[in-house]
Amino acid sequence: MTSFLVFTVLVLIGIAVWQLTKIFDLTQIGSASADSEIANDKDNSVNGYLMFAFVGFIYVFTIYSLYAWSDLVLGTPASEHGTDYDNLMGISMALIFFVQTFTQFLLHYFAFKYRGKEGQKALYFADNNKLEAIWTIIPVIVLAGLIMYGLYTWNNIMFVDEEDKQDAIVIELYAKQFGWEARYAGEDKTLGKANVRLIEGINTLGVDLADPAAQDDKVVTELHLPVGKKVIFKMRSQDVLHSAYMPHFRAQMNCVPGMITQFSFTPTVTTADMRTDAAIVTKVDKINKIRTKNSAKIVAEGGAALDPYTFDYLLLCNKICGSSHYNMQMKIVVDTPEEFKTWLSDKPTLAQQWKEANAPKPVETAVAPAVDSTKVVAQVIK
Amino acid sequence: MSHEHGHHKETFITKYIFSIDHKMIAKQYLISGLLMGIVGVVLSLFFRMQIAWPEESFEIFKVFLGDNFAPDGVMRNDIYLALVTIHGTIMVFFVLTAGLSGTFSNLLIPLQIGARDMASGFMNMLSFWMFFVSCIIMISSLFIESGPASAGWTIYPPLSALPQAIPGSGLGMTLWLASMAIFIASSLMGSLNYVVTVINLRTKGMTMTRLPLTVWAFFVTAIIGIVSFPVLFSAALLLIFDRSFGTSFFLSDIFIQGEVLHYQGGSPVLFEHLFWFLGHPEVYIVLLPALGITSEIIATNSRKPIFGYRAMIASILAIAFLSTIVWGHHMFVSGMNPFLGSVFTFTTLLIAIPSAVKAFNYITTLWKGNLQLNPAMLFSIGLVSTFITGGLTGIILGDSTLDINVHDTYFVVAHFHLVMGISALYGFFAGVYHWFPKMFGRMMNKNLGYVHFWVTAVCAYGVFFPMHFIGMAGLPRRYYTNSAFPLFDELADVNVLITIFAIVGAAFQIVFFWNFFYSIFYGKKATQNPWKSNTLEWTTPVEHLHGNWPGEIPEVHRWPYDYSKPGHDDDFVPQVVPMKEGEEVLHH
Repeated sequence: MTSFLVFTVLVLIGIAVWQLTKIFDLTQIGSASADSEIANDKDNSVNGYLMFAFVGFIYVFTIYSLYAWSDLVLGTPASEHGTDYDNLMGISMALIFFVQTFTQFLLHYFAFKYRGKEGQKALYFADNNKLEAIWTIIPVIVLAGLIMYGLYTWNNIMFVDEEDKQDAIVIELYAKQFGWEARYAGEDKTLGKANVRLIEGINTLGVDLADPAAQDDKVVTELHLPVGKKVIFKMRSQDVLHSAYMPHFRAQMNCVPGMITQFSFTPTVTTADMRTDAAIVTKVDKINKIRTKNSAKIVAEGGAALDPYTFDYLLLCNKICGSSHYNMQMKIVVDTPEEFKTWLSDKPTLAQQWKEANAPKPVETAVAPAVDSTKVVAQVIK
Repeated sequence: MSHEHGHHKETFITKYIFSIDHKMIAKQYLISGLLMGIVGVVLSLFFRMQIAWPEESFEIFKVFLGDNFAPDGVMRNDIYLALVTIHGTIMVFFVLTAGLSGTFSNLLIPLQIGARDMASGFMNMLSFWMFFVSCIIMISSLFIESGPASAGWTIYPPLSALPQAIPGSGLGMTLWLASMAIFIASSLMGSLNYVVTVINLRTKGMTMTRLPLTVWAFFVTAIIGIVSFPVLFSAALLLIFDRSFGTSFFLSDIFIQGEVLHYQGGSPVLFEHLFWFLGHPEVYIVLLPALGITSEIIATNSRKPIFGYRAMIASILAIAFLSTIVWGHHMFVSGMNPFLGSVFTFTTLLIAIPSAVKAFNYITTLWKGNLQLNPAMLFSIGLVSTFITGGLTGIILGDSTLDINVHDTYFVVAHFHLVMGISALYGFFAGVYHWFPKMFGRMMNKNLGYVHFWVTAVCAYGVFFPMHFIGMAGLPRRYYTNSAFPLFDELADVNVLITIFAIVGAAFQIVFFWNFFYSIFYGKKATQNPWKSNTLEWTTPVEHLHGNWPGEIPEVHRWPYDYSKPGHDDDFVPQVVPMKEGEEVLHH
């Protein structure tokens, strides 16, 4: 079947080329140097008009793209700096859009307007300092503005004030092929020391359990964040480079083995609220329509139906990290402060878990969680 | 010097294989580059098919990828990454660095500056053959059982250092490193030769400010190559040490597959710095020759001087200088100090200034011209168009703040494919159409050229423009399938559309290849100066001579852009025509 399709496509392309060359050939009839491979007036004319048509194509394609695909973009930012990010993006995009529209028009219009004709004389116009100055100085001014605005936002995002630190919560994001874990620093706001050489049994993060700061650390596989509170993430990786990408929060930082990296933001919209956001509701509906359609096809072929989609914030891996890079994710839930408190206090500390796991009696539980996590990955890959 | 070799009897081997004639070496580079290009593009079609129709079985995969790489015709997920890696490596280094620079620097530098050959013909030959060996090694890695290198063309360790992390990091990566080490040596020999030739072998009257912009571009490109390629070489060498001799330059604290490795104290971020110290200038190593070619072709076919010759040279130099101090913009979220990010944002956005100057100068050159819309001219105008479209999004990616959320997404893929991939390819095509008569003594068919251009132009936008949108939807690049995220379900249709454009666009390159190979043997015979160009290469006879000019090397009396100069009957005045009595220089 595929080979037949490929064959048909090739035949059709052959016919298309033949027809197109014929069209160009037809334009040659009557011209003096019909057998030359150098453009003559007819070629210039045809291609000149095509140039003009091409800028039309660029415009139409752009407008179509904006109409059909602008709802694909991420939508309402869910973090404090996300609004600044989107503003800067909006300004830059508007500028780009303007320059693109204007320069593409000039380029293609001139290509059309000044298409070669017998006897037409080109203007000898070698240089003009005034013009050069104009298109040097205007970009300088515009870029100076963009650079300053950009760096102002960058500094606000990347540098955490000491004051903010007092009030923030500290979470470690831990990456490995191909999954995430998170460690909450607890009341002391200090993560216990850790090193991959200490990885053993359920202590999958290699936390130094002798460190006093590690005593209240809690390790989880689903990330919960309280709304309206600054979160300072400390990233680690145990094997290769990964990147903690949280697109809805406009947040990303690489996880580097042998080093701790940092990113922080303040979530502003709870998961529950985001699910009622107009744009998200439309998006979810659209996705679910697609999923129902796909599901019907899969069921017809004897597979299991797809689950309907509900909106969740996500943490994705965004640095090539191996075969299952495409499926290294963790759910993020933004809670109200009360919900968050309840959720976190229900979780045992790592020290407790360790004690239970290494209690003399049930030996098999010690290995169970480790085996479990790889199993999940394996299932997901399948 | 080399012209004395012309008296030796030439055998088939010395003429076509181990030739030291720059014109033959240029053709060798061209054909090797084109063949590598076919491999690179076909690989991209394979992984585009996987993205559009994830995990479906294709007959064509069974045939080309085999049971090992595609069991039952379904591409393996690590092989997907391998194809992405090798596609990037081949296109960036083998097609657009060696293929483009190797072809046109070799062909045009001696011919346009009035030299009989390169400064060292032997080194030139060695450069090609080392390139050829590196091609063979890179291609051979496609046929080994564990698969080719799969860590992305940026080969960041630890992924590229540890076979436990991905199968391609075993023998495949070893071959990649061996191939690239040889490639770099080849590239350096070529670059040194270009620089020395331009500095020493210009003919009488050929001052630096009478050089065609092509030669300026090749010259500056060679300098950037000499400055930056050795850094990649050392990065590759240190990576080989880490992989084979247990050193810890780039590795530290690694626990993989239940085992702690001994590495301690190294940093992958160091590798990123070393890699991008070449990696970013590399973008301009790819792009500047294409811009040089475009400058020459736009001027010739507009029948007008290139607008702002000196500003063009200044912007080439500015871009070259800035290109060596912007590498950190690939690393805004790598974990390096955010203050460093600020510095790199500043230097990066500055590049927009010389780039804007170049774009506006091209547009002004068209203004009030008498445009001869030959296929080469169409590709040159196309280059300016994609250079603008792709370059503008650089303003977003170069801004550290905005990079946070679009870093490593399809937005980046769209940006660099348009601004350096497609633009440089257009420059390559433009150069081939324009200098084909010089290389092969025959003309390419113009109508096939027109078909080739228009379909390619539409498909290039069709492939890369939609990628901006899926990138802004948060879709990371290098994902084997997007089906693991229901969030991305709505992007599936766009991905199918992109793949269809890619397949059609790639299929129409057959038109080019047919035209190219057919015309070598059966094309119409070329005249000496078919495009009525001013530059020196068109004063050599159509038949190639070893030593280029049968008699004395011509003397140069003017700059190369006296097109439609008032006071002359013809609309071109070749560089060899002496200034008339009382004729003034009308440019700065």
